[in-house]
Amino acid sequence: MGMEGIGARVARKEDKRFITGKGRYTDDMVVPGMKHAHFIRSPHAHAKIKSIDTSAAEKMPGVIGILNGAQLAEDAIGNIICGWMIHSKDGTPMNMGAWRPLAQDTVRYVGDAVAIVVADSKTQARDAAEAVVVDYETLPVVTSAIEALKDGAPQLHPEAKNNLIFDWEIGDSAATDAAIASAAHVTEMKVINNRLVPNPMEPRAALGVYDEGEDHYTLWTTSQNPHVARLVLSAFYNVAPENKLRVIAPDVGGGFGSKIYIYPEEIVCLWASKRTGVPVKWNSDRTEAFLTDAHGRDHVSTVKMAFDADNRITGFKVDTIANLGAYMSLFSSSVPTYLYATLLSGQYNIPNIHANVRTVYTNTVPVDAYRGAGRPEATYLVERTMETAARELGVSPAELRKTNFVREFPHQTPVIMCYDAGDFEASLNAAMDASDYAGFAARKEEAKSRGKLRGIGMSCYIEACGIAPSAAVGSLGAGVGLWESAEVRVNAVGTVEVLTGSHSHGQGHETTFAQLVADRFGVGIDTVSIVHGDTDKVQMGMGTYGSRSGAVGMSAVVKALDKVEIKAKKLAAHLLEADESDIVIENGELKVAGTDKSVPWFQMALAAYTAHNMPEGMEPGLKEGAFYDPSNFTFPAGCYICEVEVDPETGKTEIIQFVAADDFGKIINPMIVEGQVHGGVAQGIGQALLEGTHYDAETGQLLTASYMDYTMPRADDLPSFQISTTETACPSNPLGIKGCGEAGAIGSPPALINAITDAIGNNDLTMPATPQRVWAALGSAK
Amino acid sequence: MANVSMTVNGRSVSGQCEDRTLLVQFIRENLGLTGTHVGCDTSQCGACVVHVDGKAVKSCTMLAAQADGSEVVTIEGLASGGELHPVQAAFREHHGLQCGFCTPGMIMSAVDMIQRHGGRLDEKTVRQELEGNICRCTGYHNIVKAVLDAASKMGDGTKVAAE
Ligand code: FES
Ligand code: FES
Repeated sequence: MGMEGIGARVARKEDKRFITGKGRYTDDMVVPGMKHAHFIRSPHAHAKIKSIDTSAAEKMPGVIGILNGAQLAEDAIGNIICGWMIHSKDGTPMNMGAWRPLAQDTVRYVGDAVAIVVADSKTQARDAAEAVVVDYETLPVVTSAIEALKDGAPQLHPEAKNNLIFDWEIGDSAATDAAIASAAHVTEMKVINNRLVPNPMEPRAALGVYDEGEDHYTLWTTSQNPHVARLVLSAFYNVAPENKLRVIAPDVGGGFGSKIYIYPEEIVCLWASKRTGVPVKWNSDRTEAFLTDAHGRDHVSTVKMAFDADNRITGFKVDTIANLGAYMSLFSSSVPTYLYATLLSGQYNIPNIHANVRTVYTNTVPVDAYRGAGRPEATYLVERTMETAARELGVSPAELRKTNFVREFPHQTPVIMCYDAGDFEASLNAAMDASDYAGFAARKEEAKSRGKLRGIGMSCYIEACGIAPSAAVGSLGAGVGLWESAEVRVNAVGTVEVLTGSHSHGQGHETTFAQLVADRFGVGIDTVSIVHGDTDKVQMGMGTYGSRSGAVGMSAVVKALDKVEIKAKKLAAHLLEADESDIVIENGELKVAGTDKSVPWFQMALAAYTAHNMPEGMEPGLKEGAFYDPSNFTFPAGCYICEVEVDPETGKTEIIQFVAADDFGKIINPMIVEGQVHGGVAQGIGQALLEGTHYDAETGQLLTASYMDYTMPRADDLPSFQISTTETACPSNPLGIKGCGEAGAIGSPPALINAITDAIGNNDLTMPATPQRVWAALGSAK
Repeated sequence: MANVSMTVNGRSVSGQCEDRTLLVQFIRENLGLTGTHVGCDTSQCGACVVHVDGKAVKSCTMLAAQADGSEVVTIEGLASGGELHPVQAAFREHHGLQCGFCTPGMIMSAVDMIQRHGGRLDEKTVRQELEGNICRCTGYHNIVKAVLDAASKMGDGTKVAAE
């Protein structure tokens, strides 16, 4: 692998700027003449806008312009769309209501944008916003998806009767019912997956610049996929033609899904720049982030799992209601369907599965993909059910899982996915060894002697990453293809630039993508630059989410490297008067194998650009591009074990140990992979123990809209993690990569809740398992 | 309007700002030192931590005018002469950062913590001390490692400095 090649634990190249304060995030950008925006937002969860009076505000100091939905309509700016078509089981298309970037007649959640004030300074914009008078007529509110489906509930969109967006199913209902009817044992549960607020530490921001001279637009934005943003802004929102629009996502301070989407603010800032004639910058404060960043999860499900007399699963039936909030966000429809129900087979052989999913409008923030997106919800159902079933059947949780593991690959599940590789027992065993599972009983006794309740829980997750084969997702309703692009440019001096459509917002691509080049050509990673996040530099790409940068983005780089290698070898063979097939690349040299004849890498590159002595017919230069479309999803899997101690006096849970054993396939940089697991597990623990999103049911006010009310995991809430990996290569892409970005957030919540319910002897516990809830559950267990 | 003068990273600076201007705004907008970040509006995330007269302070919690006459060090002023501060180096070595947004505040808090404890730190203390700095990316695991490693490397030096 070499010191800096594939598999090497290389410190990150990008760190230097971040640790010295030289990172460049959107809100750090300053352009000449730049002015500041403040959005006026609805304080009501549901209301008619009767009038907007800006007359007093317009006279305030520094105010340049105040724009609202009527002007947006004048310029024919389009509605925000959901890019994944789902059909209900009766064949009708999903019922999508209109989402105006600035609400025109009706507001549907607290935070819905109504107008934008542009002024010389941020404070002036804020002050003027205070003087804008919006007259609202409030309407009845509904925040719970279950309530919203009931007859007589407040109606959000005329398109969606009873607020139902679609009623979708997957799998064989009759066969699953039959399996349940003839089962030796059926485990039934009601499971809630709590709504979460993603909270990347960098709040969203946008800087829109319209250049009148060139009739050209530039948007700096906090995006995980600037190319998709450009496509959507031009093709659907009609803000600017694609060839006249440059979107730049510079350093981005975390995303976790919430920065995939194109939000009203980006559309409006860009449009407002043209309309007011000044560059317009907006940056969200944290309260706005809580009120407007797409939330995650929010499912309520009932499940039935059927077992035969040998404890083999014979059927799994799921009924889910998913709250999508007030509007359909970009990928919102795919999350509770194809990213969710297709993973309900877990790591197990389950012959019959059926899931029914209803998605619902409510007066809450739109819900979309958040780290894991659908797969945490599926894993939580499967793994809570498995643990519960083990308790009911009186077998050990590990035994029940082993009895049901998929052991032969490829394995076709009844819900679309075809698992290509894996060794589930290997990760289970690794996690049990690392956690000294066998010694748990003694530790529980010891804890008891101190008056504490110990519990242990496991979770065996599988997820689908590397999304995804374009034709496959297209047939399922996706509005885009999910390939990735790369271009490898070898400069005349032999340094290398890799242009990628993947986007790094913490994942370390500047290092790991460079490692691929170092591995291939034996050049140092310091001579390799990774270019991403700018639509003027990289032609097109699909961005980073769904753990796709490794499996898909890197595969595109590999394809481009293959082409460069072929040409470089041809040229070297010509220069060395040798046969092309005898050329090997080693330590920065192209050598004739078995001889001492060689040409240094940089000299070969120079020869490609001087073009004085080229093989016949070869074009000058050394630059190759590639698009890679995956042939399958990838299937990271693993086992997480959590051991907790609950204080029965206070209900407080302490995590004694958290063990992760993951199979991510090939690993490019173990240090970065470990970091991804740490971060994912922390978010999963946050969901299980701390993070609760609460709306007031009467008014639709978000009660947890700040760090005073929404409990982010702090350093002293978490333990250090014990993590390790096992490896089965992924046959579906050239590097054998499965992906690691979401596993931690997917696998950890059920391990935590399985551990706590084991400790307290009451299985009825809802996330987040706050001390108050645990204490109450303890009371009812007695 | 207030006239504010202070020393920032060893340079004397002065500027005019509205009375309500926060120190973090003055640093970012007037001085163009954008390494200090704003991650919340309730003084809880710690992305904005700088040193004011040798102590870690959340610069979103203080008016620029209150820092008049003070000695301020921001993340940009921590490395000396191209040489990384040991805490900066430890964050890189131990992968204590991912997106980098919380990092300046984390590092400034960690430097202050190590100085106050004279390098005598254990995991529990580091985790408690980091209560005011939120990171969404790293799960803190590698941040804790970095702080402990930097503390042990700086150990003696800081003890002398603290005594
Ligand atoms: S910005 Fe100062 S604590 Fe969050
Ligand atoms: S590194 Fe991203 S928030 Fe800490």
